[in-house]
Amino acid sequence: MISKTVAHLEEAVAGIEDGATVLVGGFGLAGHPIALIDALLQQGASDLTIVSNNAGNGDTGLAALLKAGRVRKVICSFPRQVDSWVFDGLYRAGEIELEIVPQGNLAERIRAAGSGIGAFYTPTGVGTLIAEGKETRTIQGRDYILEYPLGADYALVSAWKADRWGNLVYRKTGRNFGPIMAAAARTTIVQVDEVVDLGTLDPETVVTPGIFVDRVVAIGERAWLQDGAFVGSESAS
Amino acid sequence: MTGALDRRALAARIAHDITEGSIVNLGIGAPTLIADQLPAGLEIILHTENGMLGMGPAPEPGRIDPDLINAGKQPVTELVGASYFHHADSFGMMRGGHLDICVLGAFQVSEHGDLANWHTGAPDAIPAVGGAMDLAIGAKNVWVMTDLLTRDGQSKLVAECTYPLTGTRCVSRVYTDRAVFDIVPGGFAVTEMFGSTTLDELRSLTGLELA
Repeated sequence: MISKTVAHLEEAVAGIEDGATVLVGGFGLAGHPIALIDALLQQGASDLTIVSNNAGNGDTGLAALLKAGRVRKVICSFPRQVDSWVFDGLYRAGEIELEIVPQGNLAERIRAAGSGIGAFYTPTGVGTLIAEGKETRTIQGRDYILEYPLGADYALVSAWKADRWGNLVYRKTGRNFGPIMAAAARTTIVQVDEVVDLGTLDPETVVTPGIFVDRVVAIGERAWLQDGAFVGSESAS
Repeated sequence: MTGALDRRALAARIAHDITEGSIVNLGIGAPTLIADQLPAGLEIILHTENGMLGMGPAPEPGRIDPDLINAGKQPVTELVGASYFHHADSFGMMRGGHLDICVLGAFQVSEHGDLANWHTGAPDAIPAVGGAMDLAIGAKNVWVMTDLLTRDGQSKLVAECTYPLTGTRCVSRVYTDRAVFDIVPGGFAVTEMFGSTTLDELRSLTGLELA
């Protein structure tokens, strides 16, 4: 019997080694795998390279990992936000490396890594600082720059539901980087609200097939949901 | 600034130019105000880079769903006909030329249509590009919404951008608080002026030959 589900968060993040490169899903806090990051914080891995859209929001999730000094380098599109004080402080103190990648190039580099593409030409960034040092080429009259895949040792992803084969469905804009990151890591670790019985997810609506998933841990339904239906909350978390 | 439009009025002016059936991305900051000014009853589909078409307005208090946010990470709602997709598809929609219009803010726009809106280049600035470069080169029509002048009175319309570029030759129209400018082969062409603004005044403020 195939079962990718693990019982505890501790087990989900076991083996992530110092110096690992980790893809971390989420756009802001939507789809951000906070429970897995908290577990990684407890697990203790350090000298990490994190690939994520942002560089932490508030004091939770990725921001907490940064604050604890576990991250050597962040590869992201948009670190500076109203609530990115943890990253801002580390960056200004010269305590963290930053590589800025335009968001669409970031997504496509991750997708390329997951789908065996060796490199690709993109129009995004042509004629800007992003193009410096990169191969450029004119194809059918349009200019492009060459970008390389961005895969990782691990991916930490947040989805809504999974089955024991690792098939995933997401919820609303929480999907964001999850499907492409799941495919781009050697080991993909997913937190979900709920693990459902095999056969419960409609095969037509599975977003990430289990082939891309290695470990699944259920963290329980979040406070603003009830049986998967939105019931309202006082504020965004 | 006699007759200058305030942000809300400028948003309404831009909304007036968005036709039914358009698929539109509104950049973070001032352009998000346009969403509330779109003509009622028209089917205009808003795209948000974080993976949604058919984005609706902010929710009622107490109805904030943390899984449902826009590019500015503010809570939004889902309209009938909405769809969700992952980031690679969302940015494929941009680069692939599937968006009709995007409206972005700007530090500077050059008379060739070059856009600078992501980085001041200052040594202590933390650069953050997000989706701006993909939007700038991807949408069929790239419009800019901005004040004509910076807070210290410098024209944001320039002969050549001095800030780091977001995209080259990508902007087709600039809506400012004083006038609307199309970018044509000769440079900026004034198509509309607000209040008592005159062409001579715009030439003086920008230092540019304006058609």
